[in-house]
Amino acid sequence: MKILVPVKRVIDANIRVRVKADKSGVETENVKMAMNPFCEIAVEEALRLKEAGHAEEVIIVSAGPEKCKETIRAGLAMGADRGIHVHADDRLEPLGIAKILKAVATQEDTDLVILGKQSIDDDNNQTGQMLSAMMQRPLGSYISSIRKNDTGFEIVREIDTGLEKLQIGSPAVVTTDLRLNEPRYASLPNIMKAKRKPLDTRTPDELGVDTTCRVEVLEVNDPPEREAGIRVSSARELVEKLKNEAKVI
Amino acid sequence: MKVLVIAEHQDSALLPATLNTVTAALRVADDVDVLVAGHGIAELAGSAGQVSGVGRVLACDSEHYANPVTEDMAALVQALAGDYSHVMAPATTFGKSLIPYAAALCDVQAISDISSVVDADTFVRPIYAGNALATVRSGDRVKMITVRTTAFELAAEDGGSADIVNVEPAGTTEAVRFVEQMLSSNERPELTSARIVVSGGRGMQNGENFALLEKLADRLGGAVGASRAAVDAGFVPNDYQVGQTGKVVAPDLYIAVGISGAIQHLAGMKDSKVIVAINNDEEAPIFQVSDYGWNEDLFTAVPALTTELDGTG
Repeated sequence: MKILVPVKRVIDANIRVRVKADKSGVETENVKMAMNPFCEIAVEEALRLKEAGHAEEVIIVSAGPEKCKETIRAGLAMGADRGIHVHADDRLEPLGIAKILKAVATQEDTDLVILGKQSIDDDNNQTGQMLSAMMQRPLGSYISSIRKNDTGFEIVREIDTGLEKLQIGSPAVVTTDLRLNEPRYASLPNIMKAKRKPLDTRTPDELGVDTTCRVEVLEVNDPPEREAGIRVSSARELVEKLKNEAKVI
Repeated sequence: MKVLVIAEHQDSALLPATLNTVTAALRVADDVDVLVAGHGIAELAGSAGQVSGVGRVLACDSEHYANPVTEDMAALVQALAGDYSHVMAPATTFGKSLIPYAAALCDVQAISDISSVVDADTFVRPIYAGNALATVRSGDRVKMITVRTTAFELAAEDGGSADIVNVEPAGTTEAVRFVEQMLSSNERPELTSARIVVSGGRGMQNGENFALLEKLADRLGGAVGASRAAVDAGFVPNDYQVGQTGKVVAPDLYIAVGISGAIQHLAGMKDSKVIVAINNDEEAPIFQVSDYGWNEDLFTAVPALTTELDGTG
């Protein structure tokens, strides 16, 4: 089995983002970037499937500007075998990215694509579902476990009311939820080794994909500020405030 | 302009999230239809027809919508989408999985988790865990949208008198088979629509201690939630999680107990009307968004609060 793991370069989860003064987006200059946390979980799961003998190769792919190569190298340092960078300097949206991924997954003849369920920048939660639809391959969204079996994969999904178990055929597309695994850290020797692993570059044009955006971002604003209120020091005081001041109980 | 709302339902009742979505749809256009797909749904379709503002109910009754998988629901949405300018579903795990899938089938860019309707093409949606709000405009012929339910009021469940039209089921996939659902048994109000939510974090130390919060929640008629840290540690099931990637709640009263207040958690609750924080860490960021902060050990504070409520009736 060959596994493809798309990854996204995003602002590090611990950074507090700042909206640009001209409202065109958020500040990304001189801001620490990292692999999207859900993508790290996806890389980890692919590596575990390989280590369990279910897969021969794990390929990392990322679409975006030159710097995405760093994110791909981070996946290679975790243990993936090779990388593909799809070079695109213009803004991409999930529909265009899913088209790129379909082209790559088809070219590479992969059996399983594992994606993060959502990126923590745009919070779209779309790309995996779109890829599944475009490739007409069964979808397992928001998975907290995946088990290879004779007819494909048995997956457990996190849903609003609990958990749902599905049996899906192979090849398939799955997206990771938080509880799937705890991603490993790359060791220093593996970071060094990753520098020599193969990393190909392609472009959307070469893949025959139109990534024109359909949704225009008109402006980005700060959310309304929430002011800190007062401190209380006893249960009696809190209950009194909630009853008589806030009037919520 | 005409909107199709995809109803989410359980045990023959519409989920409140569907009613929030109807309200969002009515901000876009006056002409709003609701698709009810399921098995044995006659009664359910009837109650959807009572919802205020609904023009028509499209009822699709088939065995394979009993526990529908994304593929089957999306095929049905695709078959119907041609008649509509907008398709809207709640931003629940059901809608979030369905809408992008259906959008890709129709070759349109979905718009996730809208919190406001500017006009029929323009919407506001939170990005970066709600630390920024993007105003976006879609040029697609049909807009496929998920709706942040806490940002829109519930549509009234009565006052409507919609026609009920039966529609044919669409194709079904062989490649995905429903096996089972393991639902959390919980007698309390549903987290995303509860008027009061009591949430616990890492400070709860273990799952047993959540009994303190359950007692408080039951006293207030509220739901129990949790931070990611508490869910990751196995204190409570995944469906308790409030935050950027879990559930978004906006109750009248949110009581955060032993929760430090990471931005990912704040993303899921900072639109609550009144926020109370109980934490023994004076510096916990949760205090910065709280209306009432109580810097006290939760194992002292929570029982005292429950007792005080009992005393005052």
